[in-house]
Amino acid sequence: MTTTAPPTGPVTTSNPKIRTISRASEMPARRGARFPSWVPPVLVFVVIIALWYFVSYVVIDPKQSFLVPPPHTIFTDAFFDPKTLGDIMEALARSAGVALTGLAIAIVIGFVWAVAMSQARWIERSLFPYAVILQCIPILALVPLIGFWFGFDFPARVIVCILIALFPIVSNTLFGLQSVDKGQRELFQLQKANRWTVLTKLEFPAALPAIFAGMRISAGLAVVGAIVGDFFFRRGEPGLGALISNYQSRVQGPELFAAIITAALFGVVVFLVFGWLGKLAVGKWYDYSK
Amino acid sequence: MTMTTDPPVATTTTELLNFSDVAMTFPNGTTALSGVDLTVKKGEFVTVVGPSGCGKSTLLRIASGLTPATAGETHVATKRIGYVFQDATLLPWRSVQANVELLAELNGIPKKTRVSKAAEAIELVGLKGFEKHLPKTLSGGMRMRASLARSLTLDPELFLFDEPFGALDEITRERLNDELIKLFTEQQFAGLFITHSVSEAVYLSTRVVVMSGRPGKIVETFDVPFAYPRDPEIRFTPEFAELAGEVSHALREGHS
Repeated sequence: MTTTAPPTGPVTTSNPKIRTISRASEMPARRGARFPSWVPPVLVFVVIIALWYFVSYVVIDPKQSFLVPPPHTIFTDAFFDPKTLGDIMEALARSAGVALTGLAIAIVIGFVWAVAMSQARWIERSLFPYAVILQCIPILALVPLIGFWFGFDFPARVIVCILIALFPIVSNTLFGLQSVDKGQRELFQLQKANRWTVLTKLEFPAALPAIFAGMRISAGLAVVGAIVGDFFFRRGEPGLGALISNYQSRVQGPELFAAIITAALFGVVVFLVFGWLGKLAVGKWYDYSK
Repeated sequence: MTMTTDPPVATTTTELLNFSDVAMTFPNGTTALSGVDLTVKKGEFVTVVGPSGCGKSTLLRIASGLTPATAGETHVATKRIGYVFQDATLLPWRSVQANVELLAELNGIPKKTRVSKAAEAIELVGLKGFEKHLPKTLSGGMRMRASLARSLTLDPELFLFDEPFGALDEITRERLNDELIKLFTEQQFAGLFITHSVSEAVYLSTRVVVMSGRPGKIVETFDVPFAYPRDPEIRFTPEFAELAGEVSHALREGHS
């Protein structure tokens, strides 16, 4: 605490006990109240940028400045260059199309899969191991096979996204459907509610918070999938991944960083949008912070 | 083991629940109940007290049909059964109004009827003005009221209560006891109430049944002579204290 203390403060409270108590009562206010919550991350950002400049100008050989281009050149040489910006935006649009299509299909398949498993033990026992296996296979290992079967265009890229985004949807939806309170289940059982009624009026609404949490994770993964797919399927229309790969091979430092930053921001935006959708859908009755 | 839900003969029309030599042994071999004989008639409010784990709740589960007994005969002469759980079991995404409508909705009662039924029940339990509130914004006592209202929409002839007020503070509990007595006096259902509070048992009921520890058996039955509606002050009369003392004594005997 460096704030200027009233000069009389320490003097009047000569009894150390009293001081301790008054300190303790300040405690709750100290946490987070001193700065608005956005200040610390911004400070970290400033430090990182400063370090970056230091590395660009002092640490590395000027001839190799493309390795760590000074931050402003990412704007002057890449984002503000109409040609580069156009390329990046076009690639972003393609990758976004792939990621969102893959995500949408993964949500539908994952949901149906989880609902099927929630309906009977034997279905769950038959199908859940495959969900786990799907999660355990390094998707990268499957990508060449997908190219082999489905070619190198849009469908193949979407399939990569589906495979990578499917598991969180399946597991979260299943967890959500099964997490229904026993008493609530019995309430429905006492009224002889059929399975469909239990699913639509009890299990599905109860599972929504978990489903949205799963979708948020999957949304991030789908973005990863779209970019990974690009790296492998060099042919076809290039997305962000292909663009990144091109800039890297052409040693275009600022452009490379610009494309990476765009991909990162896209991932963040998708994550935030799904967080917001979840809040919109269940925020009234469900508290995610619990 | 048989379970019938149709009223057998005219002589038993007021007998809404009848257990005869009912026993319950769980698949793991634990005997929860053995040789239970119990009848609850219309206009009777029977309270079961007993130590934890004596199978009190199992008794309700058998009566409601949630769990079939493994031996003995159970007759339930009505399909209109109200069941109030230990927790309010409200659906957190539904408003009070929608929660209270739920059971009627599950029974396929048309929207218009169930809306008015729910409104009536909400008024009865004193939650008027809270229809649009979500459960998380209500206190524990208010949630229990909503849970009671939900069961009331079924016009239950047999009302089962599984320690509904156990988690509430003393003051709320006493207030809800009074309101339950009011409901009982007006509606004259057959009540079967589980609790481990002796004073609650004596205050609420026409009859108190004391159960022993596992395996749960009925050790003693006490008729409660006080008239309805009951004055909260009877709790402080010597008669009340004497009866409560006897019940406590039977409870201790059965436990050891």
